[in-house]
Amino acid sequence: MKKVLIVTMILFTLLLSSCSRDELLLVTTTSVENSGLLAYIIPSFEEEYDVFVKVVAVGTGAALELGKLGEADVLLVHAYDLEVEFVNDGYGEKRNNVMYNDFIFVGPNELTTTTLADTLNEIINNYDFYSRGDNSGTHTRELSIWEQNGHTVDDFGSWYKETGQGMGSTLSMTSLSGYYTLTDRATYLSMLENLDLVIAYENAEELKNQYGVIKINPESHNRNELFADQFYDWIIREDTQELIGTYIKYDEQLFFPNS
Amino acid sequence: MIIESTMKAVELLFSFDSEIYTIIFLSLAISLLATATASFFGTILGILISISDFKLKRFTKKIVFTFMGIPPVVMGLVVLLLITGPFDGMNLLFTKSAMYIAQTLLVLPIIVGNIIISSEKTQKKILETATTLGANKYHKITLLIKEIKPFILMSVILGFSRALSEVGAVMLVGGNIKNDTRVMTTYIALNNSMGEYSMSIAMGIILLLIAFVLHTLLARFRGDFYD
Repeated sequence: MKKVLIVTMILFTLLLSSCSRDELLLVTTTSVENSGLLAYIIPSFEEEYDVFVKVVAVGTGAALELGKLGEADVLLVHAYDLEVEFVNDGYGEKRNNVMYNDFIFVGPNELTTTTLADTLNEIINNYDFYSRGDNSGTHTRELSIWEQNGHTVDDFGSWYKETGQGMGSTLSMTSLSGYYTLTDRATYLSMLENLDLVIAYENAEELKNQYGVIKINPESHNRNELFADQFYDWIIREDTQELIGTYIKYDEQLFFPNS
Repeated sequence: MIIESTMKAVELLFSFDSEIYTIIFLSLAISLLATATASFFGTILGILISISDFKLKRFTKKIVFTFMGIPPVVMGLVVLLLITGPFDGMNLLFTKSAMYIAQTLLVLPIIVGNIIISSEKTQKKILETATTLGANKYHKITLLIKEIKPFILMSVILGFSRALSEVGAVMLVGGNIKNDTRVMTTYIALNNSMGEYSMSIAMGIILLLIAFVLHTLLARFRGDFYD
């Protein structure tokens, strides 16, 4: 019995330590990962360059933080101002647009309002709202939407609640509570079947959601930067961009390439 | 980063930020209440199971021992399904009550399991002696409880540690809502997801400090316990 146990332990250890291949560490946001886009486009990169892409999905705030620690080769995130600041501070070597879609307000019912300002007022006066509250790209954007329309989040009453969780969890909570929330369209569509939510308000112009790729400054880590360069060039290349445009779910194109 | 975080922990504690103290207080309150409830019912259940003879005793014990290791997030899911299903009318979702229920159910098997083990070990000699001395069933049970008191205390501590440290269940049924259902562990999970690692470590240190103080108090309360 003891021998079997020891042999099993050794086998497990070998199994866990045996994986060493050329790999690229891509840190991205949960919205990209949850949408299934990466599973759709990454295989063609792996095939072309014979590299294994390790995808870590966290909020944009955490992604940038990991980037600062040098725990990433490339980032694929969506908080334009923070991204530019990140590159200007020297943590990132370069940044480029990759694709966009839009943010939408979702809730139990469609709102009859026609402008963003009216929608916000309608929610303030009549409904409960879940905010991500986690420094993610979506949360950052939500805060700036309130602010741009003259509202101060700190003054909001108990109808405004911060979940501090990812987009998927927050959407599930929104659905269960019958509240409203702001989400990116891709995550919403990818979870549509499990949600009791409809699009309450959409406005692709004002609520545009831009994704960008950042190559981490190679001085901050000791990994092979060749793959990072390859990935950076690959994702903004024309044929990859076309591929992104062909990713369709529930009859809707989820991301619009614009590198 | 560790030194920086330790300093942040001290800073956090002495900042007297009401949000931090609310979070710490809520953590302690829910976990203590849950452990107390689970301990009360768990002790009774454990002793009853260990001293009675019934058909499915072995099977029941196996079930209890299995549930001792149930992942908190699975228990959270069970409670979530219950309060959105059969108990939908009680409006428990994303409330402190839901967190209390989930933690109680999580701690219960730990108490019951430990009581069964310790009570089965001690009961033979005690009950024989007691029977010889002419004790009735009620006396036997109180005697047994007295005899395994250190073990009860130990399982209560184990249960409390489990309740205080779990994150999966409270996250799922509580929702980690700011100024409402956010506790220490979900606060740490949130800060991890934001990349605020030093805040996480700071709160982690506070969590450990609380555990240390509690155990010190308990050791004093029962001096022989740690010998």
